[in-house]
Amino acid sequence: MVTTKTDSNIKKAEVVDLTFGYTEKNVLNKISMPIYQNKVTALIGPSGCGKTTLLRCFNRMHDLYGEVRYNGEIKLYPDDINILARDIDPIEVRMKIGMVFQKPNPFPKSIYENISYGLKVRGVKKKSYIDDKVEDSLKKAGLWNEVSDRLHSSATSLSGGQQQRLCIARALATEPDLLLLDEPTSALDPISTAHIEELVTELKKSVTLLMVTHNLHQAARTADYTAFMYLGDLVEFGESSQIFTNPKEQKTENYITGRFG
Amino acid sequence: MDSKLATTFSKPQSIKRRVRELKELVIRIILFICAASSVLITFGVVWTLLKEAFPFFMEVSVKNFLTDKEWTPLFENPQYGIFNLICGTFLTTAIALSVAIPLGTITAVFLSEYMSNRYREILKPILELLAAVPTVVYGYFALLFVTPLLQKIYPDLSSFNALSAGLVMGVMIIPYVSSLSEDAMRAVPVHLREGSLALGASNLQTSFKVIIPSAFSGIASAYVLGISRALGETMVVAIAAGLQPKISLNPLESTQTLTAYIVQVSQGDLPHGSIGYKTIYVAGVVLLFFTLIFNLIGLRIRSKMEIKFK
Repeated sequence: MVTTKTDSNIKKAEVVDLTFGYTEKNVLNKISMPIYQNKVTALIGPSGCGKTTLLRCFNRMHDLYGEVRYNGEIKLYPDDINILARDIDPIEVRMKIGMVFQKPNPFPKSIYENISYGLKVRGVKKKSYIDDKVEDSLKKAGLWNEVSDRLHSSATSLSGGQQQRLCIARALATEPDLLLLDEPTSALDPISTAHIEELVTELKKSVTLLMVTHNLHQAARTADYTAFMYLGDLVEFGESSQIFTNPKEQKTENYITGRFG
Repeated sequence: MDSKLATTFSKPQSIKRRVRELKELVIRIILFICAASSVLITFGVVWTLLKEAFPFFMEVSVKNFLTDKEWTPLFENPQYGIFNLICGTFLTTAIALSVAIPLGTITAVFLSEYMSNRYREILKPILELLAAVPTVVYGYFALLFVTPLLQKIYPDLSSFNALSAGLVMGVMIIPYVSSLSEDAMRAVPVHLREGSLALGASNLQTSFKVIIPSAFSGIASAYVLGISRALGETMVVAIAAGLQPKISLNPLESTQTLTAYIVQVSQGDLPHGSIGYKTIYVAGVVLLFFTLIFNLIGLRIRSKMEIKFK
């Protein structure tokens, strides 16, 4: 279904026949799709299609809210481990897979403490290592120049766009295998959004990204691969250029041309 | 057809409009009186206290009040060292807080971060029942149960002592601390909690490193309420802590708090205007002064945190 370029791509993760639900009703039906390493994969679809639900399966966020049913697998490579398996500790999954939320959520602590939080949680004590990591992550998130002189002031004093980049830096500090982005720009103004999009494109050199977005243009601009979901089904997955110019499914075409959604 | 609902514009002087405006005004006045009454009563209380306490200082110098070694206003050679009573008050309060703050905070963490909604709805009211037990019951509980129990461990313990009164008072104020702290913790936005967990933090790490710091202004006001409650508590200390004012921080001996002194003295028949009578009001003023200070500290912490975390 995709062009020849795919074959040279390495799979970072793979969703295999994933069905998910809280109670009786399934929210996701038999989803299967690959996540390629050092690529940006976008999940698009109308509200309620299950794109955020799918994203939150990757770091087992659903486990926080009572009994859930995962059928199928999400395999993480190169370990080849099903992170949804019952004997896998969700905390260890979250240590490997970072997440950035819809609304910037810096902790009410200093900028420095925000970035070092993930390291402290992992038991890292060495100050010089943490200092380096804080600087490195802030540079990667394109925030270093703006905050290097006030690392110890409150993170909540930053602007919305800066806060979101801080949250990205916070996730990067723990060197995730995969970074999940849940509509990372939906609460931001266009200039901050452009910043984040540039950043996403830049980041794929070092990390694999999976991004939920409501904004089709954003997916077209930033994502290498796009998955279109509708009512819990994966309708179509492919390279973004193909999905947005030459969709195979009628539903996809109707959605991207604005006939519904 | 729709004539019943049609609105016609009235003139400012029309009766209908005047009546409506008058009604609004009357309601506003009634609401204002209700709101003002509690403020006025507070001022009234302060005024009464000050009015009766002031003449005390005509007879006793401030220097004696602050430096006398003992508090014996009803004896032949009266001494007026207020620090004897302050010492007892702070000793019992400190013991109470050393119980209530850790236990209350941990209880709040458990209720807010670890319990499912269903069980929390059952457990929280039960915990709050602790605050519904009459304080006189707590007083005898301290005197007749806790003290003998402690005497088994430490036989030299006096039968009236600050320790058991303080401990029981601490248990009594746990629900004040835990209930308000829990409300504050649960008010922490879910995206902060998820943000921490998504970084691989455990529930415990999230509770202590993100939830408590984020809810700190609320938790601090819970502590301040606990402190005020302990400072002002009367029955428990009057019954179980004894009636011997002394400058000592030994929790194993008997002591006397400001409140217990007021109770003791007001039980006798002191002639109006006598020095003993005035000491009641002086003790009251001192107590009010300390509760006021702690309330101001609490207010300050809260406003500071609110600015910081906005």
